[in-house]
Amino acid sequence: MTTRYFSYVLLLQVIFACRQPDVTISTPDHTNYTIEVIVPDLETPWGMAFLPDNSLLITEKEGELIHFQNGQKTIIQNVPTTYVRGQGGLMGIAIHPNFKDNNIIYFTQSSSVDSDESGGNTALYRAVLQGNALQDISLLYKAEPNTKKGVHFGSRIVFDTDGYLYFTVGDRGNRDVNPQDLTKDGGKIYRLTVSGEIPTDNPFVDVSNAKTAVYSYGHRNPQGMTKHPVTGEIWTHEHGPKGGDEINIIQAGKNYGWPKITYGKNYTGTTITEDKALPGMEQPLYYWIPSIAPSGMAFVHNSAYADWDGSLVVGSLKFNYLERLTFDNNRVVFREKIANEIGRVRDVILGPDGFLYLAVENKGICKIVPNP
Amino acid sequence: MRFFIFILFLSSVTFDQNNMEDSYERWQMVYDDFCVRCHLPDGTGESALIPPLVSADFLQDVKATIHSIIYGIHGPITVNGVRYNNAMAPMGLENDEIADVTNYILNSWGNTTDVIVTEAYVHGIKETE
Repeated sequence: MTTRYFSYVLLLQVIFACRQPDVTISTPDHTNYTIEVIVPDLETPWGMAFLPDNSLLITEKEGELIHFQNGQKTIIQNVPTTYVRGQGGLMGIAIHPNFKDNNIIYFTQSSSVDSDESGGNTALYRAVLQGNALQDISLLYKAEPNTKKGVHFGSRIVFDTDGYLYFTVGDRGNRDVNPQDLTKDGGKIYRLTVSGEIPTDNPFVDVSNAKTAVYSYGHRNPQGMTKHPVTGEIWTHEHGPKGGDEINIIQAGKNYGWPKITYGKNYTGTTITEDKALPGMEQPLYYWIPSIAPSGMAFVHNSAYADWDGSLVVGSLKFNYLERLTFDNNRVVFREKIANEIGRVRDVILGPDGFLYLAVENKGICKIVPNP
Repeated sequence: MRFFIFILFLSSVTFDQNNMEDSYERWQMVYDDFCVRCHLPDGTGESALIPPLVSADFLQDVKATIHSIIYGIHGPITVNGVRYNNAMAPMGLENDEIADVTNYILNSWGNTTDVIVTEAYVHGIKETE
């Protein structure tokens, strides 16, 4: 009897874990905002970070770091050589929590450094922004090994409330080797101190041969990461294959399952795994079917848009809009398209002025301005 | 003797076929790594967003096809009468890889061509406006 009851509960749990309420995305009939292109003529703007003077740093995938100030674009000098290939390029950018005193910035790029092997992998750098050039450039982390694979570099950078730095590296097109192996880079979220050291309380510091910078694993290609403005949690999303893009809240040492569990299929439509849930692996907070190809992620908080506060916004590369999601107890209850048909949205941030800024491929940086 | 020649003939046919299959496999590897996410395994693309490669009139201009792979596409293009306005970034491929993937696209999903694109041919294509 007990066993039967137990199996029943287990079955229910599995069913429950595999289902999420169907929340169809809505397209508003009319919108009460205007989209202003504030930085025109960009090719593939990948990441953005505001400086305390309200000027903007922008990474171009092809390798240029742009400082946009007073309506002028300036190319920042001394950026290390980017290994531009496939999805790789100059990507993530963030400023030091204490930038106003030390002018330190962080960026990720696909890179061939620190290895004799051909190809590249994701590198995290720290440098001082002095005038129009980088100085004191130091390589904080280089994922290994180099590979000529063109996909899944990850690359967002975020600081948590305690000042730890998190960055992402995708599985580098080697899903059966990297994401589930703690001794290998790729398919991971990493956590470092501001100076690039391994925090002593990182989850795998005592695991023999583990990459001790790893904070969580079993990821495919996380290209969105942000800190929750109230709880301080680190939220990420990641590209699934055909279907199965995910939103996750990152916890120390957790396994997010790729490719052992997924809600997606191979691009050809064949099965990757029958399993959508397994013991010891985290369920996503939300998954997208079909894939929207999410990139960039921000919470709307103390914003210029009263109705949107508390939402999460996510860029869609595939469907050319910004997706806004609202939650009830960490369950998605509403989704809508913002800036529909704007183009491939690569990044989104909430500026210090409370406005949303979108990095749109082949367009530039766009600001969403509420109508009066 | 005649039998020997026959065997020789057979083996050369087999050899060519193997060679072709090896090449095709190599061509496809590039496609699967760099193109398949948007253009899909069957080359159909995505309605209104990503142009198809299967039976695409755009591909009749092999030079323009290779140019778009090397330098990307930055403005609107029309494929089979449908206008697409979505960027395609340059992928940073080597010339031999561009030859491979062009050959794959020109010889897949019912697409056929008489020419085999070579690395040297790709090398000769310079950027135009």
